[in-house]
Amino acid sequence: MRIELKKRENMSSLFSILSPFIALGLTLIAGVILFVSLGKDPVSALYSFFIEPLTEVWSLHELAIKAAPLILIAVGLSVCYRSNNWNIGAEGQFIIGAMAGSILPVVFHGWESPLMLPLMMIFGMIGGALYAAIPAFLKARLNTNEILTSLMLVYIAQLLLDWTVRGPWRNPEGFNFPETRNFADNAVLPRIIETGKTHWGFGFALIAAIVLWFVMRRMLKGFEISVLGQSARAGRFAGFSDKKMVYFAFLVSGALAGLAGISEVSGAIGQLRPVISPGYGFTAIIVAFLGRLNPLGIVAAGLILALTYLGGEAAQISIGITDKVTRLFQGLLLFFVLGCDTLIHYRIRLVFGAAHKGSAA
Amino acid sequence: MDMTQAIILTIMTAATPLLLAAIGELVVERSGVLNLGVEGMMVMGAVCAFAIAQLTGSAGLGAIGGMLAGLLFSLLFGFLTLTLVANQVATGLALTILGLGLSGMIGEAFIGLPGLKLVAVPLPLLSDIPFLGRILFNQDPIFYTSILAVIGVNWFLFKSRAGLRLRAIGDSHTSAHALGVKVVRTRYLAVMFGGACAGLAGAHLSIVYTPQWVENMTAGRGWIALALVVFASWRPTRVLAGAYLFGAVSIGQLHAQALGLGIPSQLLSALPYLATIAVLVVISLNRRMTLINTPASLGKSFVPER
Repeated sequence: MRIELKKRENMSSLFSILSPFIALGLTLIAGVILFVSLGKDPVSALYSFFIEPLTEVWSLHELAIKAAPLILIAVGLSVCYRSNNWNIGAEGQFIIGAMAGSILPVVFHGWESPLMLPLMMIFGMIGGALYAAIPAFLKARLNTNEILTSLMLVYIAQLLLDWTVRGPWRNPEGFNFPETRNFADNAVLPRIIETGKTHWGFGFALIAAIVLWFVMRRMLKGFEISVLGQSARAGRFAGFSDKKMVYFAFLVSGALAGLAGISEVSGAIGQLRPVISPGYGFTAIIVAFLGRLNPLGIVAAGLILALTYLGGEAAQISIGITDKVTRLFQGLLLFFVLGCDTLIHYRIRLVFGAAHKGSAA
Repeated sequence: MDMTQAIILTIMTAATPLLLAAIGELVVERSGVLNLGVEGMMVMGAVCAFAIAQLTGSAGLGAIGGMLAGLLFSLLFGFLTLTLVANQVATGLALTILGLGLSGMIGEAFIGLPGLKLVAVPLPLLSDIPFLGRILFNQDPIFYTSILAVIGVNWFLFKSRAGLRLRAIGDSHTSAHALGVKVVRTRYLAVMFGGACAGLAGAHLSIVYTPQWVENMTAGRGWIALALVVFASWRPTRVLAGAYLFGAVSIGQLHAQALGLGIPSQLLSALPYLATIAVLVVISLNRRMTLINTPASLGKSFVPER
């Protein structure tokens, strides 16, 4: 049996909507197989993984808190990936943004000013953007591979954070624990509604998604992003600069990842620690593709991936399987998403029997 | 054994996984395919080698198992990018994410267990050569494999007909296809070779370098191997030099940490990553050489016309 692809004359609009859902379905099927092979009842396992976290109000707030950084980062990454700039270092930009935003509440502890929070957020965005500017500069100026440099900077950011919270920023009253001071009240991102824990990070995520959706859909900049992404040469003929686009894409996504970082630290954690992210920067890559690089799709995809984090924790407690399942599900989902996207551009034909002459690849 | 020998030996041990993974990826990229999943295949090789060595009691079987695990895992990438023509960059990332997740699950039962070590096999006569014998000819089988792989790949790419075809595909899959070269089949074989090499490189980590299983124990080595291929401008002998250079950097920083020179340990740990960025920058300064050596169809999908 062979699989043959035939190019569609036009993109299939049916499959461009359906493919994420097919991918989700296939991931669920893989989940059933996995749970059965682990000797668990698949129905109750899937229930506790994907449904139970949605049944209580507090866990819906947890969902929003986890989805906020994923959506913020992924919306920025969609600009990068659409313009063919492969920033995979959002995790590092998240960390540096969190650190830059924490300068005021940690170093200038006790500064009482209503400007505190806005400045923290701006510092976070600047920090993330500057860190993303390194691979952008190297790519635009020297043609250095941005995939590798942006990834290496993740490891460096993690080590820098580790050194900072164990060294110069360690809480002087913290009994030598590797963590900074707790942020003062005026440095904590407020909740959106009084009754739940969801903080303004989720609001930022929705705003960023809507703004970028508008930019991509309705403004010339969005067209420029797509054209340069599909063909840098064609873009140059249209008078667009691919070098400027490298900076634009990296700075936007770096700033959003930085904002996600400081929002997480200020809204959810309340201090800096050696580890502040369960891999949000990498999971956001999956979110971006599951949302088909469309900011509104990314909001939905961010909620789904946030659910896998909660589901992993819930399943660990209720049916006693390791929460490593989360990352397995996330990886599988990305695989299925990428595979199903083939349906948008190609018809797939299964050919049975021996290959006839001339058509074998 | 004197101090110099000991240091050279540790550098070689640190360099071997990088060398193996990079030489595999070099062949893949020469065929025009960019597989960014090296880290994922490597970590799968590491966990499977450790698990199989534990279950069978044989480190040798572990090494073979690790290699096969990398190979099988690479087939997932091959199916998506070669059969379903999915985006190679994104699929490679997916392979890494999936590998890190899956290895974490498989390895959970093996955390903290003392591992089996693949023993060194001294080569008769050669290992008696003063100084060099100890370093070069009293090593574990994976080390010998890595050196043979460099020699073999160099011969294959530049001296054999099949190697010429593979390079032709990497430079222009359309022309190669028109000449009757089997593009997709060759690329599948290249991807599988890359997977086997990455798997064996991972096995080296978990049954030779540090015989134990730690989650994410590859610690970015797969990505460094990818950078080495660029650094080597797709030439096997330069990969050898680059891998040993990186081995020296990572061992050097470990020694510096042990000495406690007052430099933050985090800065020293960051050195291999900083060095990677530095070499990538240096190599891209010479744009002409990069352009000449980069396989022209690298990362592009190929759909045969029917």
